[in-house]
Amino acid sequence: MTQTISTQTFGEFAQEIPASEEYLTMNFSPSSAPRKRRWSNYGLSADFLGDYFAAFFPGDTVEDSPLNRRETVKAAVSYIANELLENAVKYSDEVAKRPISISLYLYEDKIIFQSINHTSPAIADKYCRFIQQVLTSDLDELYTQQLEQTALGSGESNMGLLTMMNDYAARFGWQFQTSDSIPDTVQVNVLVHLDI
Amino acid sequence: MEIKTDDYSIWYEEAASTVYFRGFLRLDGMEEYQPVMDLLLSAVDKSPTLTLNLQDLEFLNSSGISMLSMFVVKVRDRGDVQLILQGSNKVLWQTKSLRNLQRLMPGLALELT
Repeated sequence: MTQTISTQTFGEFAQEIPASEEYLTMNFSPSSAPRKRRWSNYGLSADFLGDYFAAFFPGDTVEDSPLNRRETVKAAVSYIANELLENAVKYSDEVAKRPISISLYLYEDKIIFQSINHTSPAIADKYCRFIQQVLTSDLDELYTQQLEQTALGSGESNMGLLTMMNDYAARFGWQFQTSDSIPDTVQVNVLVHLDI
Repeated sequence: MEIKTDDYSIWYEEAASTVYFRGFLRLDGMEEYQPVMDLLLSAVDKSPTLTLNLQDLEFLNSSGISMLSMFVVKVRDRGDVQLILQGSNKVLWQTKSLRNLQRLMPGLALELT
């Protein structure tokens, strides 16, 4: 029996991530433990990734900033890794019992993050619609609009994605993939490019 | 008024009309932030000029940023409170994200030192 795979991509998505001398992947097993108990582990993991990748950078000064390069990389990696993990966890389909993974690839002038999780078709559809809105809007305007909307307590905030893009100048690529070998489940593969 | 855990502490000093934040704050969604919001709202009832001192808050996730923006809008809509945010230039998220709160409330005073 042949397997049917259907794929949709948006933004800066590359099937092949360029070879990197330094990379690290963390896999989180699907767990029956309550999310509340696991939540702080994701923060600790994000901090570890920040510390780990910052160690490759010298403590040279950054223009117009009291933070040196190492401190900047540490804080930016930890923020982005934490937001990617939080999103992967929030939107993972617990029924699918699939692991969540996050990988970081280090290059001379950038870091690529990749997070992979599985979700339901309904959540994936909603996410795709928001991505289309992001890609066709003025980011600055959308940010203010979402911030106001969130502040008024109406609807999904999506502020994680918008802060990464607007405040950290992170560039995104997304791939949504369904396969008839895992029915009613969509694999969400997110790439984040962070210039450093 | 005080919230204290292993990861963060938040407390209100009435004499200084200031709410202090310290540590790493990354709670799971807006609902988990409700106790923090409640503390802020009761502080604002007591202080016509309220300062949020965030200088020692090393980490705030996007849900926390959403919670702060919600608080800023509530203060803006009251119209009778002067709000001051004190941040640090040595904490990256503060240099990246705090300014955006001024878009919600142009009268908000932001002091990054």
